[in-house]
Formats: sequence, C-alpha cells, structure tokens
Amino acid sequence: MRHDFFDRFSRLDSPIHHLPSSLKLLFSLGIIFTAVMVPMYYRWVFFAFFTILILVSFMSRIPWRFIGGRILFLEPFALGIAVMSLFQHNGLAIFLSILIKSTFCLFTIILFSNTTPFSDILFLFRRIGIPALLITILALTYRYLFVLIDEAVRLRRARNSRMFVIRRSRIWLSLTSLMGQLFIRSTERSERIYTAMISRGWK
Amino acid sequence: MHIPDGFLDAKTAIATTVFSITGLGTALHHARQHLQSREIPLVGLTAAFIFVAQMLNFPVAGGTSGHLIGATLAMVLLGPSIAIIVMSSVLIIQAAIFADGGLLALGANIFNMAIVAPVSGYAVYKTMRVLLRDLRGQLISASVASWCTTVIASVFCAGELAWSGTAAWNIVYPAMVGIHAVIGVGEGLITMLVLSAIAKTRPELLTEPSIQTNRNENKPTLIYGAVIVLGLLLLIAPFASQLPDGLDRVAQSLGFESKKTENQGFSTPLKDYRFFGIESNALSTIAAGMIGAGIVFAISFLLAGVLIPRIKNADNSPHST
Repeated sequence: MRHDFFDRFSRLDSPIHHLPSSLKLLFSLGIIFTAVMVPMYYRWVFFAFFTILILVSFMSRIPWRFIGGRILFLEPFALGIAVMSLFQHNGLAIFLSILIKSTFCLFTIILFSNTTPFSDILFLFRRIGIPALLITILALTYRYLFVLIDEAVRLRRARNSRMFVIRRSRIWLSLTSLMGQLFIRSTERSERIYTAMISRGWK
Repeated sequence: MHIPDGFLDAKTAIATTVFSITGLGTALHHARQHLQSREIPLVGLTAAFIFVAQMLNFPVAGGTSGHLIGATLAMVLLGPSIAIIVMSSVLIIQAAIFADGGLLALGANIFNMAIVAPVSGYAVYKTMRVLLRDLRGQLISASVASWCTTVIASVFCAGELAWSGTAAWNIVYPAMVGIHAVIGVGEGLITMLVLSAIAKTRPELLTEPSIQTNRNENKPTLIYGAVIVLGLLLLIAPFASQLPDGLDRVAQSLGFESKKTENQGFSTPLKDYRFFGIESNALSTIAAGMIGAGIVFAISFLLAGVLIPRIKNADNSPHST
C-alpha cells in the first residue's frame, strides 16, 4: 500500500538528494536556528532564506503541491498555539513573527525530510554518537510503521465488512478494540521478527 | 501538544534538551542493563503501535475529533523506562519525517510527552494500585493516571511557552490546562478501553508484562523524578508565585491602585488580602485538580463495572464451547 503522508520523495534523483546528509542536516538546523533567533526587524535575512528555500525546493524536484499541502496541513497546529500569544502587550507583532518563523521552520524540515532517506538520518545519528540501542529501536519503529498501518487498515476493513452500520455510540468501543488487537498482533509479530533477526545473524 | 519550531527561545530549548537527554539517557542505560535482546523488537513495534494509535481519530461531539497520546498506555504495558524510550522514538520520527513538532523544540516535546507524562503517570498508577489490586483496579488506575499525565504535561508545556515569552502565563496556563483537562478524559477512556480489549483476549499481557525490566525501576525512577522536579522549579515555580502579581498589574492598569491605597487605612489590610489571594489561588488549583481526578475516577469506576463482566465472559467462552 502507498502511504502518501510520509517521506515518499526522499529517494528521488536530484542534485539536492545527492548531497551528503550531514551537510543537509547542518544547513537545515542552521536555517531553523537563525530563523528562531533573528528578530523580524532584519527583513533581509528572511527574504534571503525564502529565496534559498524556494531554490532548493525547485532543484529537488519535489512537487509544489506536496510541499504546499504539507505546510497547510501542519499550519493549524502552530496557529492554535500562536493564538494564545495575541493576548498580551504587543501581541499582534509577536503573533505574526511566530507564525512567519514557524512556517519557515516547517518549510525547512519538510524539505530536509523529503530529500534525505531516514536510513541516512540514522547513519548520521550513529556518527554523532547516539546509543546503538536507540538507533536499533528507531530503525525497527520506522520499518514496521508502514506494516502496522496496513494491518490497522485491514482490521478496519474486516470490521466494516462485518458490520452493516456502525452506531455512533459504538465507534469508540470498536476503535479501541481495534487498537488492542493491533497491540496483541504487534507483540506476536515482534517474536517472529526476533527469530528472523537471529537467523540472519543479528547479535 | 507538539510544540513547533519558532515558539521556544534558546534558553528554554537548551534547558529542556538537557533534561530530555538526562532522562532518555538514564532510560537507555537501564534498558541496556536489563532488557533481553529478545525484547528489543517488541520495544520498536510498540513505538510503531503507539504511532499508529495516535493516527486513529476518535469522533467527539460537534464534528471535532481527538486522538490518543499513549504515554500512560505504554507505561502500563511495558513500565516507565521502556515507555520513555518508546515515546521518545515516536516523537523523534514524527519530528524528522512528519515535521510534526519542531527540531529545536524536540527536547521540550520529549520532556513533556516522553518523560514527564510516563513518569508522572507511573507515580499516580503505582500509588492507586496499592489499594486497587484486581483487574478492575488496574483499569481504573490507568484511566485516572492518563488524565493526570495529560494535565501535568500541559502544565509543563504552558511553562515552556511562558518562559520563552511566547505567551503570557495567565493566558497560556488556564487555556492549556483547561483544554487538556477535557482531552484527558478522552485519553483516560481510550487507555482504559484498549487495556480492557487486551485483557479480553490476552489477559497475561497485563498481569505479567512482556518486558521484565520493570522489576527494579526504583533507581532510574528517582533520577526521572529529580529531572522533573528541576523542570518544575525552573519552568513553572517562577510563574506560579507571580499569579497574584498578575492581578495587581490588572488593578494597576485599570486604575484601582490609587483607590486601594486610599482604603488601606480602615477596611482591609493589604497584607491580609494578598496572603488570602495566594492561598485561595493555590487551594483552588489543587481543588480543581482533585475534582477533575474525582470525575475521571467516577466515570472509569462506572465503566469498569460494565467492562469487567464482558472480560470474564470472554475468558470463560473457550471452556463452554
């Protein structure tokens, strides 16, 4: 099954995708850090960032609609928190600057995660010195995330085909029993995964 | 509760990152000593499970919907140290791939949802389990612990936003806590229903956890507790004591200040008034918290009465057929 909301453009073939991932991470963190720290007064900094980000997204060949859609999808969460900054002295200025800054950061992270495969990010983490145990768990989580989503979709389809109409009052019960079932299947699957890992010579 | 980038300033981001590294580092150290290699895939799969569970939307009245956070669920199933690792993995992947929660704010998000939430949940859960030992007690304790963790994590989130100067404390604190006191009820119900669904088919997953690390959790729990208390002192204590000052500022700006000084002579001594103000604030906060936890306790107590017979029936059915 295809999962549209993930980093599905992270394995495209473009000049940006071929750059070393450490460079991309440093560059992204640099942009985010300066965007957060520099006051809005220095407009030219933000114009420069905007030009760079547009250029990078153009060169990376990620569809515009995808980037725009992701930003629009994630913006409400930022907006929800930003609204609370309105109720204070000079609130509107703070509100606007937070909104612009967080949109810049979102744009940067979306570009980074869609030009760098997650396995490369994990290799980078390893080089920085993040414990191997955490890396193993992150790799397993990422690998089986897609499998579990498919499993949840199958469970839901099975439930829908058995029930003619789902009563509104029942939906919480049926969703939570689906979740319980998913956890039980995950524990059973983890046993099979362990056997498979051992037979391939892990540890 | 995922804080995006741009909302926290440098000092808050650095302080919360240091707290998170300490907490997560302790959890990883504990796991490396006690976790068997057989159990490592289960930790990864549980993180994936929590991730997927967060994506399922529960319809609430009026077209809105909510979703699970899952810190308490992970804590009940696998113990606090593993829950810290599980929730941190979920948050790291959400930040790196989904852009859900910022990269610089990752430390704060891990601190709120992966350290404060499971550990405070563990404290509430363990305390309640001393008295409520059976399955029914387990479901009720998990539900109340979920509500408490959601509210406590939101208090920390409010403290971080206020300390960064993003929003005023007397706005962000009631707003965040108010919203999450409602969200927490849903979190409690979902946690309880999921646990009862697991108890129906695989009751041994609840009675004897699949991961045996939570045998000697005392030492790491002390470290998590110390980190959380440090966070409390740094992020929340300065604002909590300023609450009456906020009232004074309002009085000042509205021009009551002069009237107050005029009246000072006869009716109400200023000192008394102020002392009373502080006390009633702290008391009312504690009272509100107790009432909230009481309501959640009552709901889960009633619901457990409905759920337990079903689980018992499911348990007997293989023998009867």
